[in-house]
Amino acid sequence: MWHVLERGPRQPLATIVCVHGNPTWSYFWRSFLARLGDRYRVVAVDQLGMGFSDRVPRRRYAERVSDLDDVIAALGIDGPVVLAAHDWGGAISLGWAAAHPDRVSGLVLCNTGIAVPAGRRAPRLIRLAAAGPITDFVCRRTRIFVDGTLALSSKRVSRVAREAYRAPYRHPHDRRAIAEFVRDVPFSDANPSAAAIAAVAEEVRSLRAPVLLAWGSRDPVFNDDFAHDLAERIPHADHHRFAGMGHLVVEETDVAGLVDAWLAERVVCSQPSAVAVSSPVRSGLHRGGPIWAGLEARSGDPSPAFIDGVTGQVTSFDELHRRVNGIASGLTALDLQRGDRVAVLVPPSRDLLATVYGCWRAGAVTVIADRGLGLRSLGAAVRAAHVQWVVGHPSALAAARVLRWAPGARMIAVGSRTVLGAVMTLDQLTASGAPLPPAPTGDDPAAVLYTSGATGPAKGVRYLHEQMTAQRDVLADVYGITAHDRLVAAFAPFALYGPALGITSTIPDVDVAAPGTLTAEALGAAVASVDATIVFAAPAALANVNRTATGVDPRFAKVRLVLSAGAPVPVATLRAAAALFPTAELRTPYGMTECLPVADIDLIAIEAATAQVCVGPPVPGAGVCVGPPVAGASLLIAPLGFPAQHPVGALAVGETGEVLVCAPWVSHGYDQLWRTEHDARPRDAGGIVWHRTGDVGHLDREGRLWIEGRGVHVIDAGRGPITPVPVEVAVERLVGIDRAAAVGVGPPGCQQLVIVVEAADGSDGLADDELTARVRAAVAHPVAAVATVAALPVDIRHNTKIDRTAVAKWASALLAGERAKRAW
Amino acid sequence: MKVLVTGASSLLGRRTAEALLARGDDIVCFQRHPAGLETAEVLGDIRDVALVAKAAAGCDAIIHAAAKVGVVGGWSEYRSINVDGTAAVIEAARRNDVRSVVHVSTPSVAHSGHAIVGAGAEPPVTGRTGAWYAESKAFGERLALAAASGELAVVVIRPHLVWGPGDTQLVGRIVERARAGRLALVGKGAALIDTTYIDGAASALVAAVDAARPGARCVGRAYVIANGEPRPIRELVLGICSAAGLDTTPHQVPRRIALLAGSGCERLWRLRRATTEPPLTRFLAEQLGTAHWFDPRPARDDLGWAPTVTIDEGLERLAEWFRSGVPA
Repeated sequence: MWHVLERGPRQPLATIVCVHGNPTWSYFWRSFLARLGDRYRVVAVDQLGMGFSDRVPRRRYAERVSDLDDVIAALGIDGPVVLAAHDWGGAISLGWAAAHPDRVSGLVLCNTGIAVPAGRRAPRLIRLAAAGPITDFVCRRTRIFVDGTLALSSKRVSRVAREAYRAPYRHPHDRRAIAEFVRDVPFSDANPSAAAIAAVAEEVRSLRAPVLLAWGSRDPVFNDDFAHDLAERIPHADHHRFAGMGHLVVEETDVAGLVDAWLAERVVCSQPSAVAVSSPVRSGLHRGGPIWAGLEARSGDPSPAFIDGVTGQVTSFDELHRRVNGIASGLTALDLQRGDRVAVLVPPSRDLLATVYGCWRAGAVTVIADRGLGLRSLGAAVRAAHVQWVVGHPSALAAARVLRWAPGARMIAVGSRTVLGAVMTLDQLTASGAPLPPAPTGDDPAAVLYTSGATGPAKGVRYLHEQMTAQRDVLADVYGITAHDRLVAAFAPFALYGPALGITSTIPDVDVAAPGTLTAEALGAAVASVDATIVFAAPAALANVNRTATGVDPRFAKVRLVLSAGAPVPVATLRAAAALFPTAELRTPYGMTECLPVADIDLIAIEAATAQVCVGPPVPGAGVCVGPPVAGASLLIAPLGFPAQHPVGALAVGETGEVLVCAPWVSHGYDQLWRTEHDARPRDAGGIVWHRTGDVGHLDREGRLWIEGRGVHVIDAGRGPITPVPVEVAVERLVGIDRAAAVGVGPPGCQQLVIVVEAADGSDGLADDELTARVRAAVAHPVAAVATVAALPVDIRHNTKIDRTAVAKWASALLAGERAKRAW
Repeated sequence: MKVLVTGASSLLGRRTAEALLARGDDIVCFQRHPAGLETAEVLGDIRDVALVAKAAAGCDAIIHAAAKVGVVGGWSEYRSINVDGTAAVIEAARRNDVRSVVHVSTPSVAHSGHAIVGAGAEPPVTGRTGAWYAESKAFGERLALAAASGELAVVVIRPHLVWGPGDTQLVGRIVERARAGRLALVGKGAALIDTTYIDGAASALVAAVDAARPGARCVGRAYVIANGEPRPIRELVLGICSAAGLDTTPHQVPRRIALLAGSGCERLWRLRRATTEPPLTRFLAEQLGTAHWFDPRPARDDLGWAPTVTIDEGLERLAEWFRSGVPA
């Protein structure tokens, strides 16, 4: 007799059969029943001998597959089935799917596997549990295996849920099937089930139904390698990796919500959705040739391409070009495959430029993580990206090996010194003399970029070659960059644009992880070294240059363009910089890792736009003007919180909403984050795919974009949403207030507006009556309270992005009458 | 419309009766002592079913504002007036085919000691020891809500911290303590507290009478009424003092100590069988030290009510009232 949990409406959209693993039971899928059961028929079965199903004699893999067929038939399911499976349930479901390919309308696989991934051994924990006589003791006679599985969750399973998972496995005779499952794991070909499982592992390659891999990344049993093994067998599979979640991923996080969105998109979509094209605008591609074209055009040119600001080492265009081709050839000679991922753990230097362009030329995908992430997040990013290669200094390679960032990856050491474990050095690679591989095309993947996210783990942003070349072209167009320009990139990632644009570049002598320490002297030296015409600096760097400048520096006289981006740039910083660079235009591109640039504005236009707003009463909808969209980019302002399933529509001029962008240089998507990508890329009624920037703002009559804050920071007040930036701009205009944060306390829909300002006297708590009254008078909305803190939490790199989420948390505690402790 | 208002000698009952009279409704008042209103009046005990039923004769609606408030007295007294009294009102409504009953309750019926941050009208909780007022009102509210039916539209209104000119509860106590130099805040006084200016509380009861028709969405539900302008309690207390012309700096008592002192006072006063109010109770310390503000949308959406006088305007009116030389 089978025990099943079932929920469904009268006319379900589809039938979902959920198959648990060892040693859980149908309870594992309760979130699926709760979330999906109102529209889908959701049936979670307890496998025979497991959960509350009957205890039966030993079942082997093949029998379990036919058992699943029996129960599907017995439940009267004769149409298409969506299978959701976890752990052992995955292998069994894949077996059923391979036998009934026409009946499978979808397959959701959570932390499971069908074969041990190439180059890896079977999971150690399972090997241990399956080691001969121990199995019976661990699995049947004691509760070790049951309790051990619950411990594989990344967060503590609640007491109630723990009891529920144990409930059907109280006594040794209840647990016999647990041991039999473990013994059925095919560690060797001699295992009676090995052949059957191996056959299924091959048969799944012909599966055509949509497949979703929903994976907890911190699973010592079925780790990411198993997901990649399945992705290799089923290349059309969608993949969502839950960073930091463990083996019991369905228990730990919102897998049901992911599946809900995925089913709607892939399985029950009413209108066949266009094949996901992230950037529908594909005009003008490769106008300037491949990404290395600018470098190639100057091959043979002895003039400097890159000057190292620290060592003073000069690399000519000719030499850089040869190194790039050498690396591309050398990697290919080492059997690098097109699409292989290469973690580039190289600090900004000639070697970084040569490695990145060499990889691109060879058709490899560079994985580049922002140093500002810190070591932990850097490791997490490299691990998530699943790289086949690592390039770095010996110390970086050692870190990667010791911390197991990329097990199985081949390592290339920067420099001339061979290091233990590295296949080769970069210099050897350069000198390999192998022939150049064929060049990748525009729709080949080029890069995965990891930058610090506002919340949670860093997301990998995927770029194709055509998106990178489009970005290079738009930058050249917008800023009129020609081969006569010379660039100082005080924001290190920007140095990578030098070779693409075919211009000389340098990086000043500054800690790349702390651009805010850039001095006027260091910048002056860098500008002089290349006789720079363009300076790119993060706002924090520019602010520090202003601070440390001792007067007009003649070295800055020839700079024609100063660019600052990466965060809202305070007007005061730009004004001060304008005095320092007398002949330069000061421009701030607006954009993000997923799309840069979106809009652009210069200081004069900012001053003009701000002056318009300052005349008369404060305009509630104002914010920070970031200018009109750059040529080739389109903007769309969508209603706040628009439903993801429906075509997105535009708001009228002046109305505040979420900022969406469409441009040929919008990134391709997110890496192994199906839902993130799905949510971030809505379509409009015409089928055009847009990128959600996550920022909130409006367009004015002149077509300029005004940013009013991050979407997640909008205050959901009873009288309608309040965007933080216009409020902060109004407060920061008051005498003696440099920085303020507008945050909401209370539940969405009736949040109260609270203003937190940096206090001159450095005290945390309620503001005094006088300050409160002044702030209230300056703000157009009702203000519940004004508080002060010694310092607001700002992004270290940019020093201007305020972490309003942290401020809101602190203010909520303070104003609830609780002990308020700053988390920054 | 003819409306019976119980407890019309209280500030809120009186102002509600005045508001109804002003718009031309027929009013009957029921309380122990003359309310001094130009209207029909029945004097008596709210527990006297026959008398309340007599007063409700011919009425379309009852606003039940009569209650035993404060902290002095035992459970039986509170229970008798606030629970049995409510039962008498419901019974009187039934006997007279009254269409609707607006039961005046208090947000403290759902008070659990935790901060209330933008919450709705949570179900009443019982089982307190001490805090008999809240306990008895919780029972009374349950009883009233249970009486809601297709024939009798019962709505519960929980005005939160009503104040204004003439208020002896909130304003009176704060001013009295400030004058005595005994004004203290729990913690830093940063907890956000919403309050209700008296005119708004009265207009909410009128709005509830109008909205409470059999079958209406609000029937059988409780609504918290407040200005929707939570302010740090310190600002509020000092604002009231300032309106009274007092320039005070309140003492700050750490929350933990305030809670201990509250419990201590309660016990001591109970032991002494005192008939005066203890300076602090645990319940009061909790109320003063934690946030209390509510989601204004249910009252706005279901009763069509919104406050007419803001906190700042209210404080201005209060100051005028003090300046006009009212007996302190």
